[in-house]
Amino acid sequence: MSLANQLRYHLNVSIVGNSVLRLQRWQGEWQMSRPGSWQNAHIAPPVAVAPRLKELISRHYLKGQYAHLGRKVAWVTSGAPVEFLVALGYFVLYPENHAAVCGIRRMSESLCTAAEDAGYSPDLCSYARTDIGSVLTGKTPVGKVPRPDVLVCCTNICQTVLFWYRVLAHHFNVPLIVIDTPFLYTEATERAVAYVKAQLEDAVIVAERVAGRSLGFDKLKQATRYSRQACELWMKIMECGQHRPAPITAFDEFFHMAPIVEMRGEAFTVDYYAALLAELEQRKANNIGAVTVESKRLLWDNLPVWHRVRWLSEMLAERQVALVASTYTNAWGELAHLVDPERPMESAATVYLHPILNRGTGHKLKTMRRMVDDYQADGVILHSDRSCKPYSIGQIGQRNRLADELGAPALLLEADHNDPRAFSNEQVATRLSAFLELLEK
Amino acid sequence: MSTVVAIGADAGSTTTKLVGISHDGVIVWETIEPTEPRMREQLERLLATIPGSGGSAGPTVPVVATGYGRNLVDTKHRRVTEITCHATGVYRSIRSSGTLIDIGGQDSKVIVIDAAGGVVNFAMNDKCAAGTGRFLEVVAARMRESVQDFAALALSSPEEVAISNTCTVFAESEMVSLLAQGHAIESISRGLHRALARRVASLARSAGAVAPLMMSGGGAHNVALRALLENELGAAIRLPAKPQLMGAYGAALLALRRAAA
Ligand code: SF4
Repeated sequence: MSLANQLRYHLNVSIVGNSVLRLQRWQGEWQMSRPGSWQNAHIAPPVAVAPRLKELISRHYLKGQYAHLGRKVAWVTSGAPVEFLVALGYFVLYPENHAAVCGIRRMSESLCTAAEDAGYSPDLCSYARTDIGSVLTGKTPVGKVPRPDVLVCCTNICQTVLFWYRVLAHHFNVPLIVIDTPFLYTEATERAVAYVKAQLEDAVIVAERVAGRSLGFDKLKQATRYSRQACELWMKIMECGQHRPAPITAFDEFFHMAPIVEMRGEAFTVDYYAALLAELEQRKANNIGAVTVESKRLLWDNLPVWHRVRWLSEMLAERQVALVASTYTNAWGELAHLVDPERPMESAATVYLHPILNRGTGHKLKTMRRMVDDYQADGVILHSDRSCKPYSIGQIGQRNRLADELGAPALLLEADHNDPRAFSNEQVATRLSAFLELLEK
Repeated sequence: MSTVVAIGADAGSTTTKLVGISHDGVIVWETIEPTEPRMREQLERLLATIPGSGGSAGPTVPVVATGYGRNLVDTKHRRVTEITCHATGVYRSIRSSGTLIDIGGQDSKVIVIDAAGGVVNFAMNDKCAAGTGRFLEVVAARMRESVQDFAALALSSPEEVAISNTCTVFAESEMVSLLAQGHAIESISRGLHRALARRVASLARSAGAVAPLMMSGGGAHNVALRALLENELGAAIRLPAKPQLMGAYGAALLALRRAAA
């Protein structure tokens, strides 16, 4: 980074950008504190730290906008080891998160169409289509997405990412690091761990070359420490949902999870989650539920339906139903205990082998069973996501077994996490209402 | 005629059905019409025709609305989904637990009912017309036959052409090419009914169907579909007296129950 660029980066991000965002946050906090500012009778007002979340996310994308002034940029899959990139000073962008933002802001449909116009199949995951559409058209709701200098693709979530990242590598003509994680039918073998670790070591070499600096071991340990702390806090935040009434729902978590996914390994993420946890503990103590009247509690499986989060959350809240947990948000907390800051490479190899999507369907069923118990859920909504095949496979059997073995009624809800064209309001409303009638009987 | 004490209104995608019941839960008044584009006006008009129930001011007795148009009735009435209503109506008619297969105009449902008449599980066709009454309407119309006559043709045929598609659009083109190849309409009709029966049977199996099997909805009147479904699922199907009115009847029973509560 030249000195002039360094100064411009700091001026734009640290001085001007930060001040503007801080001001917006204060404004948000002030507006929230005014009586009558919250109108929904069925849902509790948002947590007071919510404007901080907005500030964090905006700052993240702001850094991205100015990254060309000297920071190297890595695009990574959601399940990829990120700590070495953070330690090397990369700006890390998650195309999946970016696609989710496009979904929330109602842009994913036109971006998916743009990708399909370019010849990509509508059967491809809608995250991939959204992002490829965004790359091809330059359209994004976040201002500007920085061009990658390196791509890191870890196959621990699906095989789609492998092909998607090859497309990106070809398009941007930048190095692609692939970290192949053998699927775990049962336990991870030593050989599997060694295999992933060796790839991580190779990845570091490529990332160092692109960054033009070498990895400081202390920095890596520090990033890993922050990762672990953030994951632990995130787990505790989700566990607040075990309280009756639940002070937080999975719908809230879908938004609060942004930092744990795209800002892992950073001190400010740890601070944010500590503040959120403190507030939720307070809500627990005062018995404030996220849903004003909580009569039933449900567990959610699979990705959110990004383009309908609000609609779904209002519909459930009106019927006095709290979505108290989800396997999806849980995935970012459940592995905290495996993260060992003193052995960052070995522990990364183990951790990144174990995401729920890299394990058999039996493991997911076991997780759901445990969560139904821990969160005292009355039933389960299994979002059958047209896009995400690895998450949706086995759900029919899982639905039947949850009902037969646990007596927890489960609903299979067909949708798509980012493509609104594969979603029918009327059909979903009917299925969901019928399911709630079944629970209420 | 006994007085109507509760009303069920089932505003379906194809037909709108209204049922009035007496205090002992017997149907004493009924009407069925093709659903009009102005569903709200149609519902209001039909509700006003119920004998002794308030005329144009709307019914004074409790009403439960169901079907796709259920949200169009006055907000003072309760809305319940077709799933719960069909289960309630059929349970009261047949007085048995088991698996209800409802083939409606735009969707088909499989509803597992427990010994107390409650819904244990249900499954519905996914987002297309495959596996619904619409499928047969389209293919029968293509052959210039009524749905009933088209079903009778299927049953009259000892032979059956294999039809792989349950997609309404693709099946139609497959049918045209089979005709062009010289296959008899009867065996094509049987093949089409078979394809639909298979589709519904697999939906039933996925929902964990248990015997006995029951049927409701317009599709229950289709003799060929019923016979082939029995054949696919290996069990006899029991029918309520008025299959097509079961959604409205169940809604009326729920209205009555609510009035009593
Ligand atoms: S297929 Fe599933 S795991 Fe893979 S990128 Fe899409 S949503 Fe993520």
